[in-house]
Amino acid sequence: MRRRRSQIDSLHDDPDQVRTGAMPKTILVLGATSAIAQAWMRLLAPSGASFFLVARNPAHLEAVIQDLATRGAAAVYAETADLDETEGHSVLLERAVAALGSLDCALIAHGVLGDQAAGEQDFSVAAASLQTNFLSAVSLVTWLANYFAAQYRGTLVVLSSVAGDRGRKSNYIYGSAKAGLNAFLAGVRNRVDREGVQVLTVRPGFVSTPMTAHVPQGPLFATPDAVAHDILKAMEHRRDVLYTPWFWRWIMTIIRAIPEWKFKKMDL
Amino acid sequence: MPSQSKQPVFESWGRYPKLDCRVEPLFWMDDYPRGTQLPPTVLAVGMGRSYGDVGLLEGGTMLSTQGLDRLLHFEPATGLLRCESGVTLDQILKFSVPRGWFLPVSPGTKYVSVGGAIANDVHGKNHHVAGSFGNHVPRFELVRSDGTRMVCSAEENAEMYRATIGGMGLTGLITWAEVRLRAIASRKIRYTGIKFHGIDEFLSISSSSRSECTMAWVDCISRGRNFARGIYMQGDHSEVTEPKKPSARPHLSVPFDFPSWALNRTSMRLFNEMYYRKQLRRQVTGLIDYEPFFYPLDSIQHWNRIYGKRGFLQFQCVIPWRYGRDGILAILQDIADSGLASFLSVLKVMGEIPSLGMMSFPQPGITLALDLAIQPAVTFPLFERLAEMTRELGGRLYPAKDACMTGHQFRSFYPQWGEFAAYRDPAFMSAFWERVTADA
Repeated sequence: MRRRRSQIDSLHDDPDQVRTGAMPKTILVLGATSAIAQAWMRLLAPSGASFFLVARNPAHLEAVIQDLATRGAAAVYAETADLDETEGHSVLLERAVAALGSLDCALIAHGVLGDQAAGEQDFSVAAASLQTNFLSAVSLVTWLANYFAAQYRGTLVVLSSVAGDRGRKSNYIYGSAKAGLNAFLAGVRNRVDREGVQVLTVRPGFVSTPMTAHVPQGPLFATPDAVAHDILKAMEHRRDVLYTPWFWRWIMTIIRAIPEWKFKKMDL
Repeated sequence: MPSQSKQPVFESWGRYPKLDCRVEPLFWMDDYPRGTQLPPTVLAVGMGRSYGDVGLLEGGTMLSTQGLDRLLHFEPATGLLRCESGVTLDQILKFSVPRGWFLPVSPGTKYVSVGGAIANDVHGKNHHVAGSFGNHVPRFELVRSDGTRMVCSAEENAEMYRATIGGMGLTGLITWAEVRLRAIASRKIRYTGIKFHGIDEFLSISSSSRSECTMAWVDCISRGRNFARGIYMQGDHSEVTEPKKPSARPHLSVPFDFPSWALNRTSMRLFNEMYYRKQLRRQVTGLIDYEPFFYPLDSIQHWNRIYGKRGFLQFQCVIPWRYGRDGILAILQDIADSGLASFLSVLKVMGEIPSLGMMSFPQPGITLALDLAIQPAVTFPLFERLAEMTRELGGRLYPAKDACMTGHQFRSFYPQWGEFAAYRDPAFMSAFWERVTADA
């Protein structure tokens, strides 16, 4: 018998999940020490979710594990890994699924802003940014999309950026990695949506995080907590692309609408 | 008054003095000290709710601990919480109240960090039965500028433990701390409000009160018949078990600086009159939520903007019992004559439980706290007089709220300052400490 139905339908079989607002219970987070990932996990921990965390820095990972466990997570598994090394991805993801027993949701949150000026001169710097922000995410999404498609359910949340909407001279290396990621995710979504899998592309604007700590913070900056709330809401409504905070959808609509002959003269 | 050409990036809650402070955020407990790129002087800052300059540093780097906001461990059997130092009391309450636990001691705002609460050894409405915040912090970690990380408690590094509680952030960076919470059955407070006229009535109500939390609002503006009238507020955590939901977010905010003429003698008199008359009967009792009882001003974000760009001074003294009644009376008289006092002036009896900190403010006696709008020609001389009276009466002022006391006054309020100075980390400095030790 083929089990093929949307996640929403299957939730009604499980009264417990309906009561907790259809929140995922087994969650994999790649780049778990990212500020947005931490804020998002904090919202999910009190409902008794189990987590598998992956990050590079063991001391930072330990602090995140303790935080989630204290806030009510049912279980927190973790592994340190450098996600740039794509060869290790499949065994890592298999271990995560084995530890959690199942997988409802995965968040891909790792990324680096990179050194734009250095990358303009040195291809290896640009390549490293593409490796982290694009290729490693492609590798993870490939495995996870297939895993979720095979079980006809699952939520795949990927942190992209408004920087991917148009190449600008101030950060086009990072931006092009995110643009590639956006296109890749759109294609994957087109393939697996019919298998009951949600692929959510998150495009935050400026967020106050360690990534932006050196940038002067203006009124457009959002907190990781606000972004995390938006992501949860978008998951509940099975949205495809989320601009967060909301006004970035309109800012980027305008920026994309500027004709190229004009755009190339602008300082953005 | 010279106009402020440059908007400072970081202001203390009183918005005076205006100093050029550079802030660097910390996100992890191992972020400091990091390499050698940091300038030599630093000061940790949490929520910036100190009023004057105890939480400011010019020409160095202030290390913002707001990113150190993780809870590290909680023992549901004993209520012992371990958390990073940037966790705010608000974040603790959101976590602990639904689980049946409350802060052991809370100041008048919940928007302060645990690190700040330790560094200023804050006190609250239950000082007479619970002591100050440090009495409920059995352990914390202190990181020194040379990279030494030391766990401090009454047993380990006991001297550094005593120096750091109430140590104004000068002994190093607190990275995590343990706080012993107290069990509650409900969010509700059994509240009683009693109107009083004059200091004697206040003292007699105080001495007969058996409540865990007590304080009094006092009208510091009316003279004559209404001099030193007020409302004595007492409350106890309700013992009737009920579901404990977390609090909602505040939705009122002061969106801009009020013009300086908005606060004047008439508007202040009106406010105080209304506040006194809001309670109709001499005594009211009821069950109220803990939020309006503990944090009446937290429901209005940025309330400090009411004082305009110039900011305000906060005056808080404690006068020991020996001169308590007459001393407070004299101070209140001077303040009422000046007409400068504003909204919420607070009187409280402080208890006998000794603070653990070497430099802690609380001591047995009567404490008075109030805001003074800044009118340069009047406010500073008044403050100077009040500080001098406090000194003569054997009392002391509270560094966390101060922007004006002189070095001489500070050193007579806290004669142990020299002993404390030995524990200061050579790289940690504040505008306050520079100010009060410059002429030593």
